[in-house]
Amino acid sequence: MARYVLKRLVYLVAILWTLTVVIFGITQVLPGNVAKMIVGQFQDPTAIAAIEQKLGLNDPLPLQYWRWFSRVLHGDLGDSLVMQRPITPIVLDAFVNTMSLAVVSIVCVAVVGVALGVLGAVHHGQWSDHVTSLFTFVGISVPEFFWGIVLILLFAGYFKVLPSTGSAAFVDNPSEWLKHLILPVVTVTFTLLAHVARQTRSSMLEVLQTNYVRAARARGLPERVVILRHALRNALLPTITVLTLDLGFLVGEIVVVETVFAYPGFGRLTVYAIQQRDLPLMQACIVSISAIYVLANLIADLLYAYFDPRIRYGAVSA
Amino acid sequence: MLIAEPAPAPTERRPRLVEIDRLPRSILIGGGLVLVVVLVAILGDLLAPFPYDQQHYLDTNLPPGGPYRFGTDEYGRDVLSRVLVGSRVSLAYGVGASLLSLLIGVPLGLWAGYKGGRVDEVLMRVLDLMMSIPPLLLGLLVLAVTPPALWKTILAIAVITAPSAARIVRSVALGLKGEEFVQAAQARGESERYTVFREILPNAWPAIIVEAGLRVTFGILLGAALSFLGLGAQPPSSDWGLMISEGRASVTIAPWVSIFPGLAMLVTVIGFNLLGGGLRDALDPRIARDYLH
Repeated sequence: MARYVLKRLVYLVAILWTLTVVIFGITQVLPGNVAKMIVGQFQDPTAIAAIEQKLGLNDPLPLQYWRWFSRVLHGDLGDSLVMQRPITPIVLDAFVNTMSLAVVSIVCVAVVGVALGVLGAVHHGQWSDHVTSLFTFVGISVPEFFWGIVLILLFAGYFKVLPSTGSAAFVDNPSEWLKHLILPVVTVTFTLLAHVARQTRSSMLEVLQTNYVRAARARGLPERVVILRHALRNALLPTITVLTLDLGFLVGEIVVVETVFAYPGFGRLTVYAIQQRDLPLMQACIVSISAIYVLANLIADLLYAYFDPRIRYGAVSA
Repeated sequence: MLIAEPAPAPTERRPRLVEIDRLPRSILIGGGLVLVVVLVAILGDLLAPFPYDQQHYLDTNLPPGGPYRFGTDEYGRDVLSRVLVGSRVSLAYGVGASLLSLLIGVPLGLWAGYKGGRVDEVLMRVLDLMMSIPPLLLGLLVLAVTPPALWKTILAIAVITAPSAARIVRSVALGLKGEEFVQAAQARGESERYTVFREILPNAWPAIIVEAGLRVTFGILLGAALSFLGLGAQPPSSDWGLMISEGRASVTIAPWVSIFPGLAMLVTVIGFNLLGGGLRDALDPRIARDYLH
């Protein structure tokens, strides 16, 4: 296991470093440079030249990259052009908000998805199976922002029971925090549910046919115990794979959902940076989100290897 | 209707090109929905009661009824006309980007799978890297630095989805490489290009079609999300994601501005999902199990 972890860590560092190069490269090379963005629409050439000089934009690209990268390594993400203050604290605030949304959402996706999958498999072919299939099918067929708007219309506009936008700090007011989280979490869960539910349903169907489940039933164990203890435990491994694949979609969902609900997290910050053409903020956001994503993937892979020893010995190519 | 139908069993009769009564129901329903959307996209201007960008200044935010079947938006534009014409952009995102991503991904995948060794290794690491950036973020990154335009969004979606297309084709090519007909071609001294495109590619089509079918909905939804964030089709063009975004501010007073394009998108995506899933089951149930989840 230690060797496997070490290998994955080396790989992680390589990926992260390459990511910074790619992200820096794309944002720096493509047309529309920072100095022009600062000067704005009037494009005074002397002002542009002065800013280019000050920011070192005339230096060779590798040098610029190195300057930026070494600051990033020291935890300094630069200054935001629009907000005129250091980016690092802004990003940390957004990080806390986004993580609470992301973690609660992925837990909901896992729990509700597995529950629906088990329900579908146990009631295979009956109406409850069809209803859950239909429910998850509609879920992945709706763009998350449309579903978000429908929820706002219903619960904030019509019933007036939940706030439509914003968020509250958990330490100040836990119940407000929870209220602001409900609609975004429901939106993300509904649109991501299908993969987990379907995978759980099909692997449960397979496991329920096996001899050890039949043996457990033959011993006279209650059906609930057979399903939860014997069948589900063995059916969950592929579901975990699907959950890790969903992490990539989760990032996209969160960017959009935060925008819909004006939720002050990473996604909304990224969109804001793009709309304001705030290049340093944009680089910082995208690098941080990608880093979190790569890390989350690593954790998922390690957990997976822990549960399934075949992987860390290379018996199964992942 | 959502249960996977078994693949049609081989028949004794001489097979017709398409045996409608033997097709899975999901293909029929999905195909029907897709056909409607395609027809609407082609005939959009003829079906629309008004030009999609005509502003009726006295009729803003009107509820559905009268001459405006789906109501009007804040500029007094007819929502029905905009929804009808907007189908074009959605199809461009879905179908256009899928085709483009196959054009990029299929040759790469075939090449990597056939050559193996170092070529394969390098290519796969590059694809791994691309896939280590979450899809929407990659789109934002590319689109953020240049002024938005429809073709750029389509290209971005294609680039985002190309790696997974390449991977699937690669694994199919790897499997086919050891087959006798490929070895025969090599023994005949056929060129590499001939072997890859004439021997391997034709046998990889089922997997490619299945992959493309499933990519279409991904493209539609991703394009809609990018449009919603302001990085897709630009105003005043009519695009469902953009329309939903435009209706967001006034959603409590004029919900129809967002609801109708959303429903149109729902119908389109369900159509493509059913069609794609049906094709997967009909063409090769094994592909479904091995390469997709």
